[in-house]
Amino acid sequence: MLDIFQYDFMIRAFEAGIAIGIVAPLIGMFLVVRRYSLMADTLAHVSFAGVAIGLLLKINPIFSAIGLSVIAGFGIEYLRNSRRISGESVLAIFLSGSLAIAVIILSLAKGFNANLFSYLFGSISTVTATDLVVIITLATIVFIDVVFLYKELFFTSFDTELAEASGLPVKMINLTMVTLAAVAVAISIRIVGVLLIGALMVIPVISAMQYGRGFRFTLILSVIFSIVSVILGLFASYYYNLASGGAIVVVALIIFLLSLVFVGEGT
Amino acid sequence: MPLEESYIELNNVSFSYNITTVIENLTFSIRKGDYVGIIGPNGGGKTTLIKVILGLLHPTEGAVMLFGKDHHDFKEKYRIGYVPQRVTHTERNFPATVFEVVRTGRIARLGFFERFKKEDIEAVERAMEISGIAEHRDTLIGNLSGGERQRVYIARALASEPEVLILDEPTVGVDIGAQKTFYEFLSSLNRDRHLTILLISHDVDVVSQETKTVLCLNHNLVCHGLPKDILNEHVLERLYGKHSKRVSHEPNDQTTKN
Repeated sequence: MLDIFQYDFMIRAFEAGIAIGIVAPLIGMFLVVRRYSLMADTLAHVSFAGVAIGLLLKINPIFSAIGLSVIAGFGIEYLRNSRRISGESVLAIFLSGSLAIAVIILSLAKGFNANLFSYLFGSISTVTATDLVVIITLATIVFIDVVFLYKELFFTSFDTELAEASGLPVKMINLTMVTLAAVAVAISIRIVGVLLIGALMVIPVISAMQYGRGFRFTLILSVIFSIVSVILGLFASYYYNLASGGAIVVVALIIFLLSLVFVGEGT
Repeated sequence: MPLEESYIELNNVSFSYNITTVIENLTFSIRKGDYVGIIGPNGGGKTTLIKVILGLLHPTEGAVMLFGKDHHDFKEKYRIGYVPQRVTHTERNFPATVFEVVRTGRIARLGFFERFKKEDIEAVERAMEISGIAEHRDTLIGNLSGGERQRVYIARALASEPEVLILDEPTVGVDIGAQKTFYEFLSSLNRDRHLTILLISHDVDVVSQETKTVLCLNHNLVCHGLPKDILNEHVLERLYGKHSKRVSHEPNDQTTKN
């Protein structure tokens, strides 16, 4: 057996990483096709404020990150639907606002230390046994939701007005989508980090889209790309002592570049 | 001869955005087998009227009845197929095949969490066949021409096996040759499949040639009747202003030219 699997923390990192590798592009796909990619980054920054609150209140940061990002997701949808502020502006406000709040809380909690670095860029050594249970449970819930709501999520993403005219509760589906995105982002922080989770949700999807196939095929391919990125990234992180989030996203980028070349040659 | 069953009925319907009245006191009905054209100037309320009928907007006054039910109580959305205005502006990079898009037409017939069944797939295949896009089944929608994409949306609407088909400016961005074929196809759906059709178009010529009845809308109902009876200079002036004149698409048609 590879020496990497002699350590419990590495096994936990792989288990959590694969769970995240599955749900991140599942949600990312619906955000990308809605031209809402910035949502992932926004929710990641909100999650960071949630982590800061967790550190201040001395509770598990995953829980505070999930709570705050779900609340923010609802707030974003509410403001977007009110049409008083454009969708992009709403995201910009939440993104920079939550970062400002996170910085203030972290300075109050004296949280500027090496631990903070792991939340920003991901770390393979920080996934506790409790984290693993939470991550796998929530990832399973997100996965099941996407599978069961697939046709509704697809239709709403493709054409919101047609979906509404067909009798779908579009607002409820959008709120569900935002909630799933918030949960997926928050559980990914440990492994991928706040600054890079958006990339794991978006890059495998864009890579898969290069192959010019249908939605279902593209979705499955993006999950495969994402899982490969996570596995190779974690190996690189362990053997070369790199921040796991950075290593995972660089692998995802290499897959993207190879896809560009491969598809370019194929056409 | 007894009157056919009323599918869509509007009684004194008005709709306002804040203080701007877009449609005012509209009363008319569309019966089984009708092929109705709606014409009117931009901003005259055509699309708003369609959205009110589809339940996307709620009238500020009046009542909309669909298949004999108040539109609030109308749940059988699959009975109305809808082809929206921006068909040719579909996101080109959206990774969906023709089959995946047409299949969304069946969703109105299914419950939440309910999977597509064999009969749904058969209806989808049939709709693609009727609309002449079966050969593009696995093509990405973004790779089709405007006319082909138009047919995909028609197939999508037909997949729900509707009794009424509503089309909002369906040929915007579609070339003239494809438009002609498209309107022949619509007429055959009305004639052979007894589909009730409501067609919005800015093109007075198309509406007068293709539809059986015309509604002229400029916030309120300017006229309602047979195309040959009502499409005259007087009505067009009330609709589009006094400098409007009708120019036929047909090169040898002298009767309608000014």
